[in-house]
Amino acid sequence: MSHLDTELQILKSETIEMWTLVNSQLAKGKQSLLTLDKDLAREVIMTEKRVNANELKLDRDCENIFALFTPVAIDLRFVLAVLKINSNLERTGDIAEGIAKFVLHVDDQFDRNLLQITRVIEMYEAANNMMKDVLQAFEHEDTALARKVFQMDELLDEINLKANTVIADYIRSNSENIEAALYVLSIIRKLERVGDQTKNMAEELIFYIEAKVLKHRTRKEKEKEA
Amino acid sequence: MYKIESKDIHLHYGDFHALKGININIEPNTVTALIGPSGCGKSTYLRLLNRMNDLIDDVKIKGEIIIDGENIYSKGVNVDSLRKKVGMVFQKPNPFPKTIFENVAYGLRVNGISDKNYIEERVETSIRQVVLWEEVKDKLKKSAFELSGGQQQRLCIARALAIQPSIILMDEPTSALDPISTAKIEELIYELKNQYTIVIVTHNMQQAGRVSDHTAFFYLGELIEYGATKDIFTNPKIEQTQNYITGRFG
Repeated sequence: MSHLDTELQILKSETIEMWTLVNSQLAKGKQSLLTLDKDLAREVIMTEKRVNANELKLDRDCENIFALFTPVAIDLRFVLAVLKINSNLERTGDIAEGIAKFVLHVDDQFDRNLLQITRVIEMYEAANNMMKDVLQAFEHEDTALARKVFQMDELLDEINLKANTVIADYIRSNSENIEAALYVLSIIRKLERVGDQTKNMAEELIFYIEAKVLKHRTRKEKEKEA
Repeated sequence: MYKIESKDIHLHYGDFHALKGININIEPNTVTALIGPSGCGKSTYLRLLNRMNDLIDDVKIKGEIIIDGENIYSKGVNVDSLRKKVGMVFQKPNPFPKTIFENVAYGLRVNGISDKNYIEERVETSIRQVVLWEEVKDKLKKSAFELSGGQQQRLCIARALAIQPSIILMDEPTSALDPISTAKIEELIYELKNQYTIVIVTHNMQQAGRVSDHTAFFYLGELIEYGATKDIFTNPKIEQTQNYITGRFG
């Protein structure tokens, strides 16, 4: 294995480590939301510092590889992709932290029915599955698996679109719970962003492996490109 | 402990002050790249490390170069022993007009070794170390000139390794080679640093980035900046270094 290959392999392992950490943050965030477990929420908030530290390390490693090895072709696309995926992962980590903060602030009177009627947990589960699939696609350079998330994201979009009506109806009949309802709406918005970040990461993966740029394309166009 | 220490080295060629107070400490099992424009003193500095400048008329050297704790410019230092410890590879491959085998065996023979089995073992080990064995094992008795430029350069590195030095000096070892041969030599340098301390002069800045742990930038006989290659190539402290590595020099 050449020196550059060794460095790229290390970069890949570090990216997988960062990704696994962010997925764990999301999973714990979901668990804490489901059970309103404040200790678990605190753990997510504390761990966010590690996500940030990992982001800085990956950024620095990419910078070093550019400066020292002047990578070209697939190697260049790989480092560029990691740089952007790193940024997406860090933002996803922020979202997990944001959800944990909500759990920390919610009071004991929280109406769990809100979770049910908004389908937020179902949405959360789908977002986590998307993240897991794209991570697996990254590990095995599997662009077919990466492409699956474009379709999976439609469920997130659907729940997000319906959320306004659902929350508005809820507020009309539960005016004492407006604040909690708005929090849940903001979680739904955050999860919709997780879906977008995950799609961006899938696009970066396809860019690095197939040298195809899928940004700003419709889902049908993306499927046609496959 | 440092493998090589240079303390306030001044070198004059006649009236020309070629090195002006150079201080560099080099750790064992690292690759150090010396970079800088032509005439900056980097090759002069490299050649000090195995006393190659001794051969030039009217050279005056001040300061100390300490290798493994011993000042190599002290009186009584045996230059032949020093050069056994400090091997050198030059810019152009310079095999001897001998067979491939004899090129590598040469250093052992001139050092008085005659044990046939030992010589054969050292030759094979050295050629394997430079990843040339598979290419030449069936033509060891052929002239070294039959090899390609890249193969000749690897053979010259094998020749240097055969006498088991602990330091290898390389003076632009790939400047006469094509990109594929260059990549092979660079990989070799990366492998060899596990066993040797390597100092390399290069005009190719990307090469310095790829192969070295530390980089020293020389300009007009002065050491402008010396540090971890990562730092030099991402955030040099001195503006001159930045201008040089970004190609904005002059």
